[in-house]
Amino acid sequence: MSELVLPSSSVMSDPGERGRFGEYGGRFVPESLIPACAAIEEAFRDAWGDPRFRRDLDRLLAVHAGRPTAFTPAWRLSAELGVNVLLKREDLAHTGSHKINNVLGQALLARRMGKTRLLAETGAGQHGVATATAGALLGLAVTVYMGEKDIERQALNVFRMKMLGAEVVPVTGGSRTLKDATSEAMRQWVTCVDEAHYCLGSVMGPHPYPWMVREFQRVIGDEARRQCAAELSTGVPDYVVACVGGGSNAAGTFAGFVDTGAQLIGVEAAGGAAVASGVVGVLHGFRSYLLQDENGQVSEAHSVAPGLDYPGVGPEHAHLNDAGRARYVTVDDDEVVPAVHRLARTEGILPALESAHAIAWVIKAAESGELPPFSTVLVTLSGRGDKDVATLMEAS
Amino acid sequence: MKMLVPYLTGGIRPDWTRYLQEYERNGADAIEIGLPFSDPILDGPTIQEASDRALRRGVTTRSVLADLAGVRIGIPLIAMTYYNLVLHRGADRFCADLAEAGVRGLIVPDLPLDEAGALSDAAVANGVDLTLLAAPTTPPDRLAEIAERSRGFVYAISVMGTTGERDELAESGVRLAGRLRELTGKPVLLAFGISRPEHATAAAGVCDGVVVGAALMRRILDGDEPEQLGAALAGFRAGLDTVTV
Ligand SMILES: Cc1ncc(COP(=O)(O)O)c(C=O)c1O
Repeated sequence: MSELVLPSSSVMSDPGERGRFGEYGGRFVPESLIPACAAIEEAFRDAWGDPRFRRDLDRLLAVHAGRPTAFTPAWRLSAELGVNVLLKREDLAHTGSHKINNVLGQALLARRMGKTRLLAETGAGQHGVATATAGALLGLAVTVYMGEKDIERQALNVFRMKMLGAEVVPVTGGSRTLKDATSEAMRQWVTCVDEAHYCLGSVMGPHPYPWMVREFQRVIGDEARRQCAAELSTGVPDYVVACVGGGSNAAGTFAGFVDTGAQLIGVEAAGGAAVASGVVGVLHGFRSYLLQDENGQVSEAHSVAPGLDYPGVGPEHAHLNDAGRARYVTVDDDEVVPAVHRLARTEGILPALESAHAIAWVIKAAESGELPPFSTVLVTLSGRGDKDVATLMEAS
Repeated sequence: MKMLVPYLTGGIRPDWTRYLQEYERNGADAIEIGLPFSDPILDGPTIQEASDRALRRGVTTRSVLADLAGVRIGIPLIAMTYYNLVLHRGADRFCADLAEAGVRGLIVPDLPLDEAGALSDAAVANGVDLTLLAAPTTPPDRLAEIAERSRGFVYAISVMGTTGERDELAESGVRLAGRLRELTGKPVLLAFGISRPEHATAAAGVCDGVVVGAALMRRILDGDEPEQLGAALAGFRAGLDTVTV
């Protein structure tokens, strides 16, 4: 096995063979999936240390996904808030969100492992669209599992996936949302582990997924770190803010700044706030904070942003929280919609409802004085709001 | 004699323990009782629906165990559930609760060997057998370790898939049972997809018994009464008993 190219700091590094971030993470899957997870870990370790794989991925990210993404000073919003807001523009990445970063990495890895199919779960449909896109690009068949309720809410993305050649399978069990789509994707993966790779969409799931997905997303933080170094007199921002569903755009962003003095802030939806209101549990292969009832049954999350409608959170975030290296805050649905409108009118940028959680917190914290005047705040804008226009029309 | 272990979702209806009594009367050697969980990752549509139905009735681990404490069953009871319910209660208290309700065994399908240490210890301390699962894809070294550390018996998952009815006994299950019997003297039970008496007959030639789950639960979901389930189980018993080796 080749050497890994990883940062030396002990936080946000290699979680080791047992996939542990402090007490979180692990590989809690049925025995039938253990060999498949072990094979992915081995393949990823090997690929991530292979300069050719890295070059191939960087090239795809550049020529297909449009990286590096822009770094935009939010001039007018900054003037209004009295803090210096900088936007990392994942909304400008191909397919409209950061999800493509992870998917291109996993699809390349799947091909390297000789797989011919990709399976994916999706909630908002952004990860499903990204997976369908990578499948079309790299010649892999794609099956996307999606809760029946989300299929109704996100009709546009369902159509996009189909146009890209993916099969979209409705999931009718349980709450018929992202959590159930994830369960079903895992069940179906068991039946086809030889030919299919499960392309998980966030920093969750059994080891090595939380680590692998963070590494594929760290391109966000690495680019932003360089962009900050070029643009800011201080080199690094005072605050680094990102929304947290499963936590992949936040993990990728934080990875670029964890060894600096920047304060790392993850913004959860109040109705899906695993760090803020969950207790330690195990779901979908990993141990982390999890929303559950008094009997240990997993609760449904509720958010206006379908991508944040997940009852758990990636294990590394649980660890960063406990270690005090990152802070997790929440915003309500009714703070999010105004934040979308405000960014649209001050900067001409229509953010995704998920991303607007990060903006909403910055607005609130600047107005309350929690963010000191003139502080610099980097916000990852994880996606664009086109998919949310119907929801926004209903809300207004 | 080959072992026959029927499965029942705990709390599937208010008088659910009557099914246990019928199972006992009709040739069961032990009974696997599913403690319903919201996200059963290794269950197919039938047992998912059974769990959902029980949960909608307000069933909890505690209520299932309380119901059990009120009935007399002379054969071993084995709980089957997902790890979050164990973790939520705490491994030690969970095992103590089982023991107190007279449950002797525990199967946790999303808790593989590598993560089972803490629960193993708690189970031993409370006199509960933690049975481990083996799969067709389990490599040889790992299979040996599973056989070694599994208590009570070894639970052999016959197919790469979830629980659910199938038309035939899977060849992968036959091979897995053979590999396990070379490794251990503990009973090897084949599970998943044993749907008809003739599957039990075929399995009996290669292992020490079978678990029958979805085929029984589908009948219960369709409204079959305990006596009808007893008759169905008797068919599996007869299928197993045609084999004497
Ligand atoms: C635009 C956007 N942002 C954020 C998320 C949340 O995912 P994560 O927390 O993994 O970045 C999603 C998920 O669908 C999304 O579509």
